[in-house]
Amino acid sequence: MSAATSDTAGYYRRMQAAVEELLILKGIVTPEDVQRQVDAMDARNYKRGAKMVARAWSDPAYQARMLANGSAAAEELGLEVGPLKLIVVENTPGVHNVIVCTLCSCYPRMLLGIPPEWYKSRAYRSRVVREPRAVLAEFGTRLPEDVDIRVHDSTADMRYMVLPLRPRGTDGWDEERLAALVTRDSLIGVARLPDQG
Amino acid sequence: MGAAESVPARFRVGDRVRVRGADPPGHLRTPWYCRGHVGTIERLCGAFANPEELAYNRPGLPAQPLYRVRFQATELWPDYREHARDVVEIEIFQHWLERAAE
Repeated sequence: MSAATSDTAGYYRRMQAAVEELLILKGIVTPEDVQRQVDAMDARNYKRGAKMVARAWSDPAYQARMLANGSAAAEELGLEVGPLKLIVVENTPGVHNVIVCTLCSCYPRMLLGIPPEWYKSRAYRSRVVREPRAVLAEFGTRLPEDVDIRVHDSTADMRYMVLPLRPRGTDGWDEERLAALVTRDSLIGVARLPDQG
Repeated sequence: MGAAESVPARFRVGDRVRVRGADPPGHLRTPWYCRGHVGTIERLCGAFANPEELAYNRPGLPAQPLYRVRFQATELWPDYREHARDVVEIEIFQHWLERAAE
């Protein structure tokens, strides 16, 4: 990290601490409220999204509902998503989807937890919309020649998750086993899932 | 949010739209790289309070229709070097869009 970046991070850390102290002193929140939210965020991770993907691979009717209304499909599995407006985008043999937020770091936190550091980096945010294959290659992801890329920029109120292609060699697998194949990066679209068997 | 508090949607799926080339001051959710460019309405996401107002602690009503607009990557980046069929889809509020000539 460059000196300039460290200074900026330090500045925002101090501002965050000052605002938190003020909110507590004014009695607007308690330290316990803050800790509870931190714990709740730490408890969420991409396994929630993986559960949805495994269900969609196993149940075409669920998949159709998920593509029509991602938030409702999450709630259907008991995954609370609050006010999150989730759009699930489907990878097909001809189209690969990738998610970014070029303006800041919008991410379906209620479903996938805290975004990885690289997702918030200027390099990822500025490059993936103009040279997506070059960026994917740096993640070790090479798409077949006949696959087109669809990049989704979360600029406003929607949040996105990719429905990866079901790996070959997984016929007859139950949902738990399927869910274990799903990686965080495949839900963002910077990775594909390897075939099995 | 009642219908009376929302601006009616002007565009339909498939309509060709151009993003305004404007540069007003304030908090904007329309990325620079799509301003002035032409795309196609992919879907209407609903109506949402205007973030340009919310940023200043105003109610942001009436709510603005929000669309997902699909742009060819080659439209956004004249020097795009990857596939000609690649696209970028961006959420854009109605007040940033105008009808594009066919």
